[in-house]
Amino acid sequence: MTHPSLSTRDLTIRFGGHTAVNAVTCDFRPGELTVIVGPNGAGKTTYFNMISGQLTPSTGTVEKDGIDLTRMPASQRARHGVGRAFQLTNLFPKLSVLENIRLAVQAQAGEGRRFFTPVAKLTELTARAERYLEATKLADKAELPAAALPHGDQRKLEVALLMAMEPDIYMFDEPTAGMSLDHAPDVLDLIAEIKHDHTKTVLLVEHKMDVVRQLADRIIVLHNGELIADGDPGEVMSSQVVKDVYLGNAGELA
Amino acid sequence: MNRTFAVKAIALTIWGLLLFSPFLFQEVRQVEVAARIAVFIVLVASYDLLIGYTGIVSFAHTMFFGFGAYGVAIAMKQGDNTWGFWILGTLAGVLVAAVVAVLIGLLSLRVKAIFFAMITLAAASVALVLASQLSGLTGGEDGITYRSPDVFKSANKLLTDEEGKVLRIAGVRMNGKIAAYYFVFFTCALMFWMMLRIVGSPLGTVLKAIRENEARTEGIGYRVVAYRTAVFVIAATTAALAGAVYATWLKYTGPDTTLSFAIMIDILLMVVIGGMGTMWGAAIGATLMVLAQYYLRDLMEVAAAATEAIPLLPVLLSPDRWLLWLGIIFILLVYFFPAGIAGTIIRGRKS
Ligand SMILES: Nc1ncnc2c1ncn2[C@@H]1O[C@H](COP(=O)(O)OP(=O)(O)O)[C@@H](O)[C@H]1O
Ligand SMILES: [Mg+2]
Repeated sequence: MTHPSLSTRDLTIRFGGHTAVNAVTCDFRPGELTVIVGPNGAGKTTYFNMISGQLTPSTGTVEKDGIDLTRMPASQRARHGVGRAFQLTNLFPKLSVLENIRLAVQAQAGEGRRFFTPVAKLTELTARAERYLEATKLADKAELPAAALPHGDQRKLEVALLMAMEPDIYMFDEPTAGMSLDHAPDVLDLIAEIKHDHTKTVLLVEHKMDVVRQLADRIIVLHNGELIADGDPGEVMSSQVVKDVYLGNAGELA
Repeated sequence: MNRTFAVKAIALTIWGLLLFSPFLFQEVRQVEVAARIAVFIVLVASYDLLIGYTGIVSFAHTMFFGFGAYGVAIAMKQGDNTWGFWILGTLAGVLVAAVVAVLIGLLSLRVKAIFFAMITLAAASVALVLASQLSGLTGGEDGITYRSPDVFKSANKLLTDEEGKVLRIAGVRMNGKIAAYYFVFFTCALMFWMMLRIVGSPLGTVLKAIRENEARTEGIGYRVVAYRTAVFVIAATTAALAGAVYATWLKYTGPDTTLSFAIMIDILLMVVIGGMGTMWGAAIGATLMVLAQYYLRDLMEVAAAATEAIPLLPVLLSPDRWLLWLGIIFILLVYFFPAGIAGTIIRGRKS
């Protein structure tokens, strides 16, 4: 088995007296797509926040390729190849769709510090941004401000920003939530494409069972902040633990 | 696109008028106004980098302006009026501005915006107090009067006719005064152009991203505190350079010309009237405000005289009430141009 690209050790965060994520130890490997399931409030988003740097854990560590990320600011983790899309759309509302993506492209290319070259002259950056626009079928809306997009397109732009970062670790937090049925496949196809690259580590929070079945190499289950199941999708989904959690009587298990 | 073009056309017209203003407007006072407009366009544009582009609220902009002005003033007073001392004073002012900006930036740009604003307010107050306390160096409340480099002396003949007298072109004497004006004009135009390059560069987009969504900017890989500090330093050094240029022009530097909070409020009004985050708006806001400050009273005098026969109106229009009318004009401008003049022309009234 390949070395894990991402590991969390005893990752824990407490908000006041409430432990939102409790001692989660887990390895993720390149070429593997892990779906994270669990009821609302289970701690999935909080777990992501500690990996990508929006939150600092109370205890425990986050490592990527042997580098300790635990105390790094989010920007540095991004430069180490940790990419993240958000559950609640988190864009640059007044900037155009193209500018939104170009920001991620120029961050990835390390061109953000250029302060004297007109953007128009950096055609390579724009060309790359346009590729992601096309991949997410937003090309005809390139000049619109992000705030003017309908919800489904904003979700796609959220994913496009992550793609444009070209990370090693892709973290999707309910990417198709609130998306209409005709838009969701656009996003899911992109995730499938990343998966078929076989070199990327993908973490996906998703509730739709057909999606999970289609894409997952592995499923982990979070409940009340704890990792309660981890394994082969078929096994995990049919296990008693998961049935109990989704029936809402998992209290006895913990 | 067309709307942006209209704003650029207005701003470029202003720069065009400034370029020819010694020939178009030959009165001494008019030349003073033109030079002040050029300097304030730079000052307001550099402030717009902070407040309009990056969303940083600072009250220390006149402090940085003052560092540059006092740098030149002290160097030329303590030393002499050669270019050597001019360069020394300018560099010292710019260096102090950069160091203070880095310190304030690193210490407090990672905290809440309101706290940062307070820190800048405190720093600016300290600078003002220092300027009046260290009167041996700064001249205290009276300020410093000094000579600018000899090329700028009115007696200096740039061009002479065959009799050796100063040459006139279109009635304008080609003497040191005109050299001084063009020194102000070209340094200011250069700085404005450089700021346009900055906002049009990849860095410019990052600045706007920080304003729009700081957390996501950090999340896609930009160290926000570093970018904020960088733009704060750029704005501070630009303001200091503008101060050095203005000090060279005025041949006088005091708290009222550079450091005072009254000027800080002027800058805020100019950036709001022009349109935050538009850069070109700085030219429009600065021009309108300086013109109003210099000519509103004159205009009202004319209006009061013209309405002499009508009851009440001459009283209302009495030049003594010019500040009242300035206030009314601001309220109307903000009402009809909620995003500032440039911002409202570009984006329309609704947004
Ligand atoms: N910043 C925060 N402050 C306080 N409580 C939080 C914070 N973030 C998350 N929580 C709490 O942590 C728990 C897990 O939330 P979350 O990670 O969003 O769950 P999920 O994404 O699995 O639905 C919830 O009880 C939530 O209220
Ligand atoms: Mg969540």
